[in-house]
Amino acid sequence: MALLEIEDLHATVDGHEILKGVNLAVNAGEVHSIMGPNGSGKSTLAAVLARRETYQVTGGRVLFDGKDLLEMKPEDAACEGLFLAFQYPVEIPGIGNAYFLRSAMNAIRKYRGQDELDAMDFLPFYKERLKLLEMDEKLMNRSVNEGFSGGEKKRNEILQMAMLEPKLAILDETDSGLDIDAMRIVARGVNAMRSPDRAFLVITHYQRLLDYIVPDFVHVLVDGKIARSGGPELALELEEKGYGFAEADAAQALPA
Amino acid sequence: MRVRSGKGGSEKSMATATGRLEKYLEAYGDLIALRQERDPVWLRQLREEAWARFFANGFPTTHDEDWRFTNLAALARTAFSRVAKGSVAVSAEQIEKFRVAGAACQLVFVNGHFAPELSAIGNLPKGLEICSLERAIDCGMAGIVHGNAPDGCAPTGIEQHLGQYADVRRDVFAALNTALWEDGAYLRIRRGAVIEQPVHLLYVSAGAGAEIMTHPRTLIVAEPASQAAVIEDYVSIGSEAAFSNAVTELVAGQDAVVSHFLVERENLGAFNVSTLRLEQARGTNVSSHSILLGGGLVRNNVHPVLDGEGAECLINGLFVGAGRQHLDNYMLVEHAQPQCSSRQFYNGILDDAARGVFHGRIVVYKDAQKTDAKQTNRNLLLSDNARIDTKPQLEIHADDVKCTHGATIGQIEEEQLFYLRSRGFSEAQARNTLLYAFAAECLDRMREPAAREFVEGLIRERLTELVRSRKTSALAAPAEDNAHGEAQSWEEVG
Repeated sequence: MALLEIEDLHATVDGHEILKGVNLAVNAGEVHSIMGPNGSGKSTLAAVLARRETYQVTGGRVLFDGKDLLEMKPEDAACEGLFLAFQYPVEIPGIGNAYFLRSAMNAIRKYRGQDELDAMDFLPFYKERLKLLEMDEKLMNRSVNEGFSGGEKKRNEILQMAMLEPKLAILDETDSGLDIDAMRIVARGVNAMRSPDRAFLVITHYQRLLDYIVPDFVHVLVDGKIARSGGPELALELEEKGYGFAEADAAQALPA
Repeated sequence: MRVRSGKGGSEKSMATATGRLEKYLEAYGDLIALRQERDPVWLRQLREEAWARFFANGFPTTHDEDWRFTNLAALARTAFSRVAKGSVAVSAEQIEKFRVAGAACQLVFVNGHFAPELSAIGNLPKGLEICSLERAIDCGMAGIVHGNAPDGCAPTGIEQHLGQYADVRRDVFAALNTALWEDGAYLRIRRGAVIEQPVHLLYVSAGAGAEIMTHPRTLIVAEPASQAAVIEDYVSIGSEAAFSNAVTELVAGQDAVVSHFLVERENLGAFNVSTLRLEQARGTNVSSHSILLGGGLVRNNVHPVLDGEGAECLINGLFVGAGRQHLDNYMLVEHAQPQCSSRQFYNGILDDAARGVFHGRIVVYKDAQKTDAKQTNRNLLLSDNARIDTKPQLEIHADDVKCTHGATIGQIEEEQLFYLRSRGFSEAQARNTLLYAFAAECLDRMREPAAREFVEGLIRERLTELVRSRKTSALAAPAEDNAHGEAQSWEEVG
């Protein structure tokens, strides 16, 4: 059974249907990339999977590691091993990064029946991950994302992923707004985390990121449905021809 | 139906006012009988003048601009009585939980009377003189000077300062306190002395079945270049409504560094009016920290007068209200001399049908050039029925000054809540963490570790209670609304 199985998923925001029947299966160990034009539903898909309550699921089902994901609260999904790297990471003044991360790790460990980490166990692990993402140790004592540059925020998302070690990581346009150096660092963080037990769903506009994080599969989301799927070469084709050709395909596919 | 100001009122409203003030008249009569022989002339005159002011005016109504957002009808119609000394017994065990770890000493007052058997004075740090105000007055009358009395009574300097700063003409509660105070604390920090640990003044209301009133009076004289911190702490034993009307005058001599903490954690039926009047000489650095967590109707007046060049004042506060609590903060900062700075930071958290008020008035006099005054009031409303009225008021008569103010009103941001939950925090844990971060901003501005730790513990306890009560109260409907509705973004109102 696949790690993530999405069947005919429909979802609305404020009464507008955004996802119109998404089907997708992701196995452990795989990297899938979802591409598509603005407004096609990429971020909605990520938010629905992370169980954001502002999105209403109106049909379909999603199994995550064999369990009904749509029955889960956001914290349950996180504890089950789902991680969303936010497109716009949120600033939380007054809560330190280290405190935040240790609390998150301990919430997840508690859910899994593991012992909580104390500061002594936590710190060396944290420092090692900071190094992987070339982040300053001083950031540890700063408030979560407060005063971080755009690149620091995105790196902080990947850092959190590296700490929480999810089964499925969804990267929602983590590359947008990153310069090439920051993108290489982010990609290195992701690649270091690739393993047979872990899957990635990489949402992006640009083929560029996929030069660094090479996907096993590429899907094109158009108007709330997956219009085409293929290997990494599909991303290159999209880069060349634009989304128009995938949209045309989708239109042709409709009568059938 | 409110008590009306006698001036210009009809005969009938005058009679009503007098009727309502009967208990106060009775208390005044008792007190005069008790103190007639023991009070010095200057004190008797002070009381008489203050009483006349109070009795002529009665309690203010919402027509009074300073009381626009706070209706005193419930206070005015309750017949509070004065409690004679020793009439309610409070045990040491009952006090134990209110102690502050690491305090230099603790003075306990029960229903406005000093309770030496409950207090912990121990070995006072060098340079700190502390005693009950009543005892100091009595010593003064008996001709005892400092050092002679076995209990460390220190009458020096009281006449010079007591009642010289609190304005009985403008403020009827200050007048009422000045007329009716029976006891309180007198602190004198000697020139150059540094008192590292905070002094804890615990004011206990224990009605034992009756609705009682107390008028605690505190005088703190920090001589030049001295340093100290004082925690004034209001608590209840039992659930009776009590009325505490406190006045504290804090006089900071040149270059003194003083922190004052007001902690209000009485029961939800309590009426608490407190007035902190700060008199700051040249180069002083005074902080006022107000932590309002309890009480039913609370009015917190903080009134610094920066009356010497280069004086600095920090006015820091947190108010947390739920149920039907009403927490009113009235700030009046007077910049009377050049080169002074004042900083006001007040955060409010209001749930259920609680109501908060922040009234921040800054007056800069003509001579107070180079004044740097800043005021910030941020509020978190957790329910649709909670309400905050925030009102900045700047009155500037000098031309070279920097004055800023800002106020925000918002809800817990859904974005932040989701972010934490997506990392595994339960909803309650996420909510509690965000609330705590907002509340804890005031802690960063406290420099005394023992006082800070004490306040931190109280805040944690209060917020945990708040989150827990939300979870049980019919699934906290307003919070659900917030998650979908007009939630997020702070609304700029200043």
